[in-house]
Amino acid sequence: MPQTNNDAKPANILAGLLKNQLVIPLAALLLLALFNLIADPSFFKITLSQNSNGDPVLNGYLITILDFGSELAILALGMTLVTAASGGQDISVGAAMAISGSVMLRVLCGSDSRAETMQAPIIVAFIISCVVAMLFGAFNGSLVAFFRIQPMVATLILFTAGRSIAAWINHNELPIVKDPGFGYFGNYIPGIPIPTPFFIAVGCFIIMWALLKFTTLSLYVQSVGINEKTSRLNGLNPEFIKLMTYVILGVCVSIAGFIKVSRLSTINYSVIAKDIEMDAILAVALGGNALGGGKFSMGASVLGAYVIQFLTTTLYKFGVSADALPAYKAVVVILLVTMSAPAVREKINALKNKKNAGKQASAAGNA
Amino acid sequence: MSKTNKDGFLKAPSKMTDTNLLTTITITVFFVMYLCSILFLKQGFLKPQAFLNLLNNNAALIILSCGMSLVMITGGIDISVGGVTSLVSMCCAVYLDMHGGNIIVSMLLAIAIGLAFGLVQGYLVAYLEIQPFIVTLAGMFFARGMTTIVNNKPFNVENEAFVKLKDTRVIIPFLGTTNKKGMYIPAYIEIGVVVALIVAAVMFVVLKWTKTGRGFYAVGGNKQSALMLGVNVKKTVFLSHLICGLLAGIGGFVYFMHVGSGSPSHASGAEMNAIASSIIGGTMLTGGVGNIAGTVFGVLSLALIQNVVSSLGLQDAWWTGITIAAMLCIFLIVQSIIIARRKKANLSAGKEEAKTDKAA
Repeated sequence: MPQTNNDAKPANILAGLLKNQLVIPLAALLLLALFNLIADPSFFKITLSQNSNGDPVLNGYLITILDFGSELAILALGMTLVTAASGGQDISVGAAMAISGSVMLRVLCGSDSRAETMQAPIIVAFIISCVVAMLFGAFNGSLVAFFRIQPMVATLILFTAGRSIAAWINHNELPIVKDPGFGYFGNYIPGIPIPTPFFIAVGCFIIMWALLKFTTLSLYVQSVGINEKTSRLNGLNPEFIKLMTYVILGVCVSIAGFIKVSRLSTINYSVIAKDIEMDAILAVALGGNALGGGKFSMGASVLGAYVIQFLTTTLYKFGVSADALPAYKAVVVILLVTMSAPAVREKINALKNKKNAGKQASAAGNA
Repeated sequence: MSKTNKDGFLKAPSKMTDTNLLTTITITVFFVMYLCSILFLKQGFLKPQAFLNLLNNNAALIILSCGMSLVMITGGIDISVGGVTSLVSMCCAVYLDMHGGNIIVSMLLAIAIGLAFGLVQGYLVAYLEIQPFIVTLAGMFFARGMTTIVNNKPFNVENEAFVKLKDTRVIIPFLGTTNKKGMYIPAYIEIGVVVALIVAAVMFVVLKWTKTGRGFYAVGGNKQSALMLGVNVKKTVFLSHLICGLLAGIGGFVYFMHVGSGSPSHASGAEMNAIASSIIGGTMLTGGVGNIAGTVFGVLSLALIQNVVSSLGLQDAWWTGITIAAMLCIFLIVQSIIIARRKKANLSAGKEEAKTDKAA
C-alpha cells in the first residue's frame, strides 16, 4: 500500500487541493481558457451592442457560453442528484424536454397553432408543463426504485418514445408563439444586457443550494447512493428518495425545456435538445462525481456544465461544423476520463512513491 | 448450466434457469404475436416472404444485437455500435464509390474499423476500469462525428461489383408464392441474412459450449467469484468488447449491403434498438443472464411489432417509437418481477434448507 507522508509540506496543501472535486473542471476550464488566449485573445472580448429591437445587449463568446450553458447547468443539477442516489444516469432528459416544451406550446397556443395571442398565461403553461415533466420523472423513478431496473435501461423507454410523444401532443404541428413576451425568457428582457437564461440558471442553483444546505436531502441522497441496505436499516426509505430525485430532475427538465422553447418561440421535435443528455452526463462526470452513485458536489457539476459549453463554443469558433463536433468532444472526454481513471492514478502515485523512496534512500545513504 | 444441474450443485434442478425462462418467454411471445397477426390482420403475414422480409430488413440489427448481448452478459454495455455502423457504411461507400476500391478491401476496412473501436474501448473498460457507459458514449460521439468528417452528404454507391453483390439473392426453394397473374415469385433472402445467421449460430455455440463462452457468464454474474474460479476477468471483459466491436464492423457492412448508400444519418438509434432487442430477448443488464437465441427472437419481435403497427394503419411516425417503448417497458417490468420472485423463492428455499440442516 502506498504510504502517504504526514509531513506538513507546501506540497501537501497542493495535494489536498488536488483531492478537491472542483479541481478537475477548474483545470479543464483553465486549459481551455489558456488555449483560447494563445490561439486568439479576441475570444474574451465582450462588447455592448444593440440588438434588432434597439435594446442594449452584451456580445461575445463568454456571454454565449453563459447563455447557452444555462440549460445544461440546470439539467446537471438534477442529473447529479439522480446519479448520486440511483448510481445511474437518466438518458431521457432530451426527450423529456421535447415533451415539456410541446406541452407548454400546446397550452399557450390552444387548438390553433398560429394563434395571434396567447391562450393562457405563461405561468399556467409553465406549471402544467412542469407537472407533466414531474409525472414522466416519476414514471422513470418508479421503474428504477420499485422495479429495480437499471436507470439507463429504464430511461431508455422514455428516450425511445419521448420525441414521438412530443410530436403526438401537438398533432405533429409546429406551433409558433407570436407574443414577444414569451421570448424574453430565452433571450433578453428589454433593458437588461445579460441574457435571461443565465439569471434563471443562477436562481435554480441558489434554490438547489438552499435545498441541500437546509434540508436533509443531500445526506439522504448520498447515504442511499453509498449503501442502500444500510440506509434502510437506518430508517430511510431508499425507494422514495430515489423517486424524489427523479421528480426533481423532472422539474429541472421542464425549466430547461421552457428556456429552449422560449429561445425560438417554437419547437422542432426531432432536433430540440438533441444529444443534451450526453452533455448533461458529461457535465456530471467532468465534475468528478462518482458515476456509480454516492458522494456528489453540486458546484462541480454546474462548473462542469459550463466547461462543456466552453468546449462547444471554442470548437464552433474554430470552424468545426455542428455535426463533426461530437468527434472532438469524444476525444476530450476520453482523455479526461483516462486521466481520472483509478488504475492510471495508481500508476502515477506508484511512480511518485518510487521517486520519493529513491530520494529517501539516497538521503539515508548520505547520512 | 445443465451440467451443474446434474451434479446437484444447483438447488432447484427441476426449475429452469433465469436465462432459459426469459428466452422461452420471448420466443413464445413472438410466436403468439405472429399467430395473432396472421389471424387478425391477414395482410400477407401468412406468406413465407413476409417472414423472410423481417430477416432481410433486420440482418444488420441481428449482428449488432449479438455483440450487444455478449457485452451485456459480461455486465457492460456498448452504445457505440450504431455510430460504428454508420461510420463503416460511410467509409466503405466513399472508398467504393469515389476511389473505385474493390470489395474485399472494403470488407477488410469494415472489420478493421470495428476491431479498432473494440480494441480501444475494451482496453479502456477492462484495464483502466472506466465505466463502459462513458467509454462507449464517447465512442459513439466519435464515430458519429467522424462519419460527417469523412463525408457529410448522403449518396448512393454505383460501384458495379458492389451493386452486383448487393442485388444477389439467395433463393429458397418451395417457399415461393404465385401471384394473381399466376406468376411464380420465388422466396429469397439477402446475403446479409446468411451472414447474420452464421454469426448468431457461432455466437450461440461459443456462449453455450466453450470455456471462454461460459467465462462471459461467470464474469457477468459475479466478478469476484469468477476471479476466484480462475477466470481472467480483465481479459474476458476486454474480449467481450473486442468481439462486440468486430460484430459492429461486420454488422456495419451488412447494413451497408442492405441500403447501398452512405449517409451520416444511417443507423441512427441502432444502438437503442440493439439494446432493446437484447433486453426483450431476455438479456439482463445486470449481467450473467442472456441467450443469443433469445436475442434473435428479440430482434424479430421488435421488427414484427413495427410491421403490425404500420399495417394497422397507424402510419404516423410517432406510433413506432411509442409501441417499441411500451413493449420495452412491459418486458422490463415482467423481467424484474420474475427475478424478484425467484430471489424470494431462493431465499425461502435456502432458509428451509438451513432449518433442515439444523434439525439433522
